[in-house]
Amino acid sequence: MNDPLPAPGDGPAISRRAALKLGLVGVLGAAVGAGSTAVIARLGRAARPRYRFFTDAEANLLIDICEQIIPRDDVPGATDTGAINYIDRQLCGRLSRHQETYRRGLESFRQTCLQARGAPFGELAPAAKIEALRSLELGEAPRALWGDPSAPEFFNLVLSHTMQSFYGSPRHGGNRDYASYRMLGLDYPQVVGQNRYKKA
Amino acid sequence: MALRHVNAVVVGAGAGGGVVAKELSEAGLSVVILERGGWVSFEEHGQDELINQRTTVLGDAYGPDDRSPRVAETGPGRFEVVLPHEGGYNNNAACVGSGTVSYGAMAWRYMEKDFRMRSTYGAPEGSTLEDWPISYDDLEPCYEKAEQQVGVSGDMSANPFAAPRRRPYPMPAFPYNTEGRILEAAAKRIGLHPFPIPMLRNSVPYGGRNACVHNRYCCGFACPNNAKNGTHNTMTPRALATGNCELRTHSIAKEVVVDDKGLARGVRYFDATDAEQYQTADLVVVSGGAIETARLLLNSKSRLFPNGAGNRYDWVGRNLQGHAYCGADGLFEERTFDDVGPGATIAVSDFNHGNPGLHGGAALCNEFIRPPYGFSGMRPPGQPSWGKAHKDFQRMFYKRSVSVRGPVQEMPVFDARATIDPAVRDHWGIPVVRLSGSRHPHDVEIGRVIAAKAEAWLKEAGAVATWTNVPGLGLSGGQHQAGTCRMGSDPKTSVANRFGQVHDIDNLFLSDASLHVTNGGFNPVLTIMALGFWVGGHISSRWKDGRLT
Ligand SMILES: Cc1cc2nc3c(=O)[nH]c(=O)nc-3n(C[C@H](O)[C@H](O)[C@H](O)COP(=O)(O)OP(=O)(O)OC[C@H]3O[C@@H](n4cnc5c(N)ncnc54)[C@H](O)[C@@H]3O)c2cc1C
Repeated sequence: MNDPLPAPGDGPAISRRAALKLGLVGVLGAAVGAGSTAVIARLGRAARPRYRFFTDAEANLLIDICEQIIPRDDVPGATDTGAINYIDRQLCGRLSRHQETYRRGLESFRQTCLQARGAPFGELAPAAKIEALRSLELGEAPRALWGDPSAPEFFNLVLSHTMQSFYGSPRHGGNRDYASYRMLGLDYPQVVGQNRYKKA
Repeated sequence: MALRHVNAVVVGAGAGGGVVAKELSEAGLSVVILERGGWVSFEEHGQDELINQRTTVLGDAYGPDDRSPRVAETGPGRFEVVLPHEGGYNNNAACVGSGTVSYGAMAWRYMEKDFRMRSTYGAPEGSTLEDWPISYDDLEPCYEKAEQQVGVSGDMSANPFAAPRRRPYPMPAFPYNTEGRILEAAAKRIGLHPFPIPMLRNSVPYGGRNACVHNRYCCGFACPNNAKNGTHNTMTPRALATGNCELRTHSIAKEVVVDDKGLARGVRYFDATDAEQYQTADLVVVSGGAIETARLLLNSKSRLFPNGAGNRYDWVGRNLQGHAYCGADGLFEERTFDDVGPGATIAVSDFNHGNPGLHGGAALCNEFIRPPYGFSGMRPPGQPSWGKAHKDFQRMFYKRSVSVRGPVQEMPVFDARATIDPAVRDHWGIPVVRLSGSRHPHDVEIGRVIAAKAEAWLKEAGAVATWTNVPGLGLSGGQHQAGTCRMGSDPKTSVANRFGQVHDIDNLFLSDASLHVTNGGFNPVLTIMALGFWVGGHISSRWKDGRLT
């Protein structure tokens, strides 16, 4: 039951108690053993999608936001796995009621970056990008630029849609090549009836 | 062309409807079941993380679809149209079997005190807490029928708090998975009494169907191996096999017709082609689930009941309740994940009653296996939910985490309710339900105490970090919706009598969770099925020489 050696894909083999003792926030970063560079190389060549809802400028900004939410490290991140494809597709389907939130939210965010950081989001240094998004999450963005949606509403919507794209079934447009399942070491697609069972 | 008159129309082929239709068909009545959904299969949505009956961000796998909106109170005095996959809708399901196709299949009997909540505790201020008009002993034989005929795997011998039973479960209990083994040892060390969760799943072949294959995902999904027992693969096929029963799918009831003598004459409904039909019958049973049953009664206006059938005293749709889920999450050093689905295996019933200062409590169980999307929202307070920290947390703890949850028995609130929206109609032009109100504050107090018990259990089990989840005051209902047409002996403070017959309408019966006076500190479905046997048995005993006596 006590399983000191992680199975493949079972997570990093660091001293977890040490990490936990230090507190959870931000100290859990550690290398993951799985050799996924090949996967990234393959994904990197994926054709650029044609957007159903977004303009190119909106899409580029959103891709950049999603990538901060689930960044690539040694396994694929939001860009590699098609977050923009998922959101764009679902905004023209099941999630269509959020279209205007995206349109207005992206514009407010674009202006927020110019006003508060003096540059477009895409030109900010990596740490500044994270800070800019953290301000949205905490509702610290300039009031005049945000109404409906509020900054946290917009951020949380993008956050949940990015998670859906990364962890949902690839049939909805994200999680390309089952990347998140590979990352977690889960069999995918699941084999139904994989376990022994008695037939009636 | 008029439809052939039948003895009984049953509205809804879910938990309560499936059982009652089978009972009446076997008793020799001619029965028509009207079900607004259709037959569903595993193949259509498979194990889709975003379209199932638990995670519905892209839709409900097992209905209803967007043709059936509701209106929900989204802020004080603010009402919005909501779709089935959205939280405020409080959906269960709409298909043959309803929630019993995709449920987690926990198969609880309530405890004796759960039927006597008011006499045990007294009603807290602001609650309509009441005793049931029937006791556990009344219902015990019906619980047994549900366990035997639908099929339950279990063993209560290690639970000293369980209400007495005459017969053991028909199938042996499922063994504990890894989480269950970790939690069992810990529970015993702190003096709790752990036992395996009784399940409406086959631990061995039963009823001509296979044993469970332990799929990772089960709760929220249909079973690919037909080893999960709902009414769709047990009761409804048995009803149809009698030759006395006809099931009309994609048929939505609009109104129960009540005549000037105060008798139900039949049901108006829209068939699969959206054409309106009128099915006459000697008696009508409404089993639409707590919210839709209330809607149908409220929409059934007649001269004697201008505010809806059974609604003379304005009790239809009131006391809407569900469960105030609370609990704790814990992170472990050791691996807790073994991919042996569905994951929930162990429970304690130590905290259902007898908590000082509290009106009841809840059972505690370990959770079903969480899909990675669900786990992405499971974080200790203060932990970042995105960025590199998010990914690291997923990798580190997806397979080293345990959740324990408990369904707090709620204190019914008169103003937590389903009414009819004055303006919004569904695809068929039927006025839709409007949901409003909130939970009783005592539910939150109970939730806080029970969550702390769950946290202590996880700590003892070796969790290196733990945190609690306490319910808020938002309106309850959802998958465990109940209470909207409570049974009782006083027609002024209840909707149906002790046999589920609507007061003053001698041939109109209810058989679903709407009858629940209170909802137990457990998942409700076995009680709903038992009530189906109770109501069905009562109708059958009154059915003589081709009529209701
Ligand atoms: C994902 C999930 C997990 C669950 N897990 C558990 C569990 O582990 N244990 C447990 O005890 N419970 C569980 N439940 C809850 C359980 O399924 C419900 O409590 C139960 O199904 C309710 O029974 P009911 O008869 O009141 O209503 P339902 O079973 O919902 O049946 C009502 C039926 O009536 C139909 N209907 C409604 N209105 C009309 C109309 N006007 N015309 C025609 N048809 C109509 C509906 O389509 C539906 O099929 C779960 C539910 C879900 C969705």
